[in-house]
Amino acid sequence: MTNLEKYNKIFRGMFRKTDEELPALKYRGIALWDSIGHMDLMGELEETFDIRIETQDVLDFTSYEKGKEVLRRYGVEI
Amino acid sequence: MFYDTDPSKSSRTMLVEDGGGRLTYGEFERFYESVSGLLRPGTLMFLLCENSIGAVALYLTCLRRNVVPLLLERNLDRHLLAGLIGTYRPEYLAFPADMEERMCGRGGEGEHGPAEEAAPVASEETERFGYRIFRSEAAHDAAADGLNSELALLLTTSGSTGSPKLVRQSRRNIQSNAAAIAEYLELDETERPITTLPMNYTYGLSVINSHILAGATVLLTKHTLFEREFWDFFRKEGATSIAGVPYTYEMLNRLSFFGMDLPSLRTMTQAGGKLSPALHKKFAEYAQATGRRFIVMYGQTEATARMGYLPAKDALRKCGSMGIAIPGGRFRLMEDEKTEILEADTVGELVYEGENVTMGYAACRADLSKGDERGGILFTGDMAKRDAEGFYYITGRKKRFLKMFGKRVNMDEIEQMLKAGFGEIDVACTGKDDAMRIYAAGADEDFCERAAAWLSEKTGIHPRGIRVLPIEKIPKNEAGKTIYKDLPDDQ
Repeated sequence: MTNLEKYNKIFRGMFRKTDEELPALKYRGIALWDSIGHMDLMGELEETFDIRIETQDVLDFTSYEKGKEVLRRYGVEI
Repeated sequence: MFYDTDPSKSSRTMLVEDGGGRLTYGEFERFYESVSGLLRPGTLMFLLCENSIGAVALYLTCLRRNVVPLLLERNLDRHLLAGLIGTYRPEYLAFPADMEERMCGRGGEGEHGPAEEAAPVASEETERFGYRIFRSEAAHDAAADGLNSELALLLTTSGSTGSPKLVRQSRRNIQSNAAAIAEYLELDETERPITTLPMNYTYGLSVINSHILAGATVLLTKHTLFEREFWDFFRKEGATSIAGVPYTYEMLNRLSFFGMDLPSLRTMTQAGGKLSPALHKKFAEYAQATGRRFIVMYGQTEATARMGYLPAKDALRKCGSMGIAIPGGRFRLMEDEKTEILEADTVGELVYEGENVTMGYAACRADLSKGDERGGILFTGDMAKRDAEGFYYITGRKKRFLKMFGKRVNMDEIEQMLKAGFGEIDVACTGKDDAMRIYAAGADEDFCERAAAWLSEKTGIHPRGIRVLPIEKIPKNEAGKTIYKDLPDDQ
């Protein structure tokens, strides 16, 4: 699996969305991506990519697209 | 009363909104003058809340004007709201201005809104702070069902949505609880708490009440801890305290809160459920090392808000305890309705006595005329023990237990065991006698098998009685409490 496939799989699984719907996803934009969902999302990404997401990046992770930029800072190219 | 006029406070700032809005205590007096004349005393208002100046000012206006507000979350399901309106027939309905289309039935095609038949009550002040008030045409009929003169406020029972059951709180209840909280937290006018909880939730509301009593400044935000705007507002306005439920503290932990530079922060309070001992210890140690206070508290809507607190100086020494009774209150443990437990370290039902024990429940409009049904005594339904030094520990809830092959098992303890054994995993334990079901958020099959085997080994419960099932996420209410009735019903 490529990094993008892994990334999308996490989003699909957590937020019950299709690949086509992913680019529009934003934090607090849907019921599932609330604070609890966000915490779980960070945990999943950390486990999948074996990284530890820092405070500022947890706050910067405001959307599906923005998240790709955040992961790039950890050397995860998506 | 904390909501009455106090000229000595008038130049102080009462409320600050993250959008830039401000209201001094003196300006609130003008708000009250402008709005109170539009409201008839002895009536009922449904107030759809958000953490904003308009909502808090309107709430305080209701209390002073003798209009009883029922505080509801603004996003309450339309059908649930309609059901509550039908049950309680409020004279007034107030909501944020941006909800007007939806509330007046102009939002969707052919959709009816609860304020459709109601008449707007105009006020420059409420408009200025983004609120709309509507008076129901049915108000005249409802006037026959007079409200009890002691009744000040109605709240939903925390944890249960969908239920029309409300808690009836008196003037004496909210005043005495606000005063007790201000006393044990040593609040003064320099305090600046930032809202992390909705104001329609009893704990969130108690923060507002106790700080208004102290003449302090309440910082209101709709942002969550995971948004940069929250922390920008926190730093810009110099927030001095943060109030959180266990989940709030899990989020703070996740955010590496301990490394954040927050020079204005003095106090962290925690209530709304038992924090895991590991996190309790972590935050208590952080507070001790940085010269701050970490205060665990205990309460219920049925007791207005707070019943117990663990003094900051005991936070580490008594890790896992919810402390002692608040000023003016008293705890005891009961073996049954009549027999008090006097020995230390013996579990019984926790009973509280104090002026903040509420009048009782309501299930319909007619119940709002009822007087005090509890006489200052509350059987909490929580099981607790007391140590030799008089500190109380919640061990579970009276009804959340299963008989597993003849042995009594506390489902809250099962959850705590799994969290302690497997780290940060979120679990919910439910089920029937001899068939316990545990839902584990985001778990895979392998984890479920391992957890079930581990739990069986730890508890001695036969493995066929334990099923661990994966779930996408545990259903929670806004306060982070598990909504057990929303768990899957499969057997």
